[in-house]
Amino acid sequence: MKLGLFYQAWRNLRAKPLQTALSLALLAFGVGMVSLMLLTEKQVNDAFERNIKDIDLVLGAKGSPLQLILANVYHIDAPTGNILQSEAEKVLKHPYIASGIPLAYGDNHEGYRIVGTEHSYVEHYGVTLAEGKLWEAPFEVTLGARVAENLGMGLGDTFFSAHGLTDQTDIHPDKTFTVVGILEPSGSVVDQLILTPMESIWNVHAHEGEVIDPATREITAMLLKKRNPLAVLTIPNVLRETNMQVALPAIEVNRMTQQFGLGTSALRAIAMLIMALSFASIFISVLDNIRARRHELALMRTLGGTPSTLYRLLLLEGGLLSVAGTLLGLLLSRVGLAVLGQVVESQFHYDLSAMSVLRSEWMLAGAAVAVGLLASAIPARGSLRLDISRTLSEA
Amino acid sequence: MVEVQGIRFRYSSESPNMDFPDFACAAGERMLLLGNSGTGKTTLLHLLCGMLRPKAGRLHVASRDLRAASDRELDVWRGSELGIVFQRAHFVQSLSVAENLALPHQLTHGTVPREVMERMGSMMDRLGIAHRADARPHELSVGEQQRASIARALLHRPKVVFADEPTSALDDHNAAAVMDILDREAADATLVVVTHDQRLKDRYSNCVTLVSAQS
Repeated sequence: MKLGLFYQAWRNLRAKPLQTALSLALLAFGVGMVSLMLLTEKQVNDAFERNIKDIDLVLGAKGSPLQLILANVYHIDAPTGNILQSEAEKVLKHPYIASGIPLAYGDNHEGYRIVGTEHSYVEHYGVTLAEGKLWEAPFEVTLGARVAENLGMGLGDTFFSAHGLTDQTDIHPDKTFTVVGILEPSGSVVDQLILTPMESIWNVHAHEGEVIDPATREITAMLLKKRNPLAVLTIPNVLRETNMQVALPAIEVNRMTQQFGLGTSALRAIAMLIMALSFASIFISVLDNIRARRHELALMRTLGGTPSTLYRLLLLEGGLLSVAGTLLGLLLSRVGLAVLGQVVESQFHYDLSAMSVLRSEWMLAGAAVAVGLLASAIPARGSLRLDISRTLSEA
Repeated sequence: MVEVQGIRFRYSSESPNMDFPDFACAAGERMLLLGNSGTGKTTLLHLLCGMLRPKAGRLHVASRDLRAASDRELDVWRGSELGIVFQRAHFVQSLSVAENLALPHQLTHGTVPREVMERMGSMMDRLGIAHRADARPHELSVGEQQRASIARALLHRPKVVFADEPTSALDDHNAAAVMDILDREAADATLVVVTHDQRLKDRYSNCVTLVSAQS
């Protein structure tokens, strides 16, 4: 017969399903919220880092530098405006600049941006082709993996573009785009884009038979890689008299996540409060157990149990609750991340996933179990002072 | 097996002293501690079980000097050498009846051997509660609970069995039946019955009548 303390603790917890469920739920929610925040923070930071990847400077129209970065590196904000391609080429020739990738956009298909660029953009992120080929001629497009998957499009499919970056009302019905290739998923922003030659973007907005003067061709931005660290200081001076600016992705993202941090610290405080409540609930349930089960505990003392037996039993009950609640919380945060990932992906075309347990989560779990044990160890001391004679004489 | 000599007890420094009569009970014998309520029956029982400590006197139970033993020694000693049938049957409610019966073995030895399980099966059979083995204690009738608590007190073959008012709630017929069960199942043990039930007066020749213990 299996009748060890572990089994007894388990049976005692099961005998009080409501109390046990309440303690478990509180702890699971507390741990789950903290771990969800750790996970999203890590995911968001990773995603941001991955997309910055060797982009030192972003050249674009004057305006908010953060907006410039968000629009052109992450494709989650409207661009600051357009700049002349010829002007941008001049910056590219600056000796401190190694290379640059031009981006031109302003249209979308089903909410996915149609970005005119060069093949170097795909090479920059190390994205490979899943099928078909990269775009060559105007109105040929290569789809990011997510776009192809979510819109269910394949090679040879055609579509019209819509003006703007999200709207579907103003469609250009005279220009047909054709899918010639689909990219492998990469976890970078390329997954969410429809890539095409820059000529497609220029031609969509040209009128029938109109030939655009190369001198007036516009692009939205250029992603620059520096040759010399002094570029960061020199280029802004070069641009002073123009309508262009450069922004540093690393600095802007850093600034944004710091602002972001203010919001998460409020959430973190709430999660900590829920965790504190769960420890209080474990504390109270152990305390209540000693009172409600004092006859049982006294009985165990007459059947050969020592005070330390009772203490260990109560500690085990609290410990089981803590461990189970913590594991449940880690599970919950993963479910939460999956749900959040769906929402984020459909709204911002951003992919949050990866289910491995973070180092900080192990620390969180360890701390939760330790505090849970402490929350049961303190009230469980009451079992050491139990007066068995008086308890058993009570009517 | 049970030896009581000049023991005196008081609950606190303000409460009055309680003195108890001397008595003894040899191994395998049966005896009755008879007294009305207020005569310190329960106090004496708790003294005999080592749950209370006398202030003076000599107290030997199941080859142990209770005044010399440590609290921890007494906890283990109770589990292995004593069987206690309480007036009100106490059980661990989250465990089944069979698990409750095996608890003394688990608590003193950390395991329940197969041999004990077999003995439990036949004992529950004889007491007519075998079909209740997997039930929860609160699902049992009062009579079944009492028989289960007798089984638990005897299953680990204690040297001394104390029974506290085993018959007080029962009619004549059932009282006799329960006493027969106790006599039969505790045949190898020393049995001390603490009661106010005058019907049991003539059952055992060794009978100590308690009068008010307070002096």
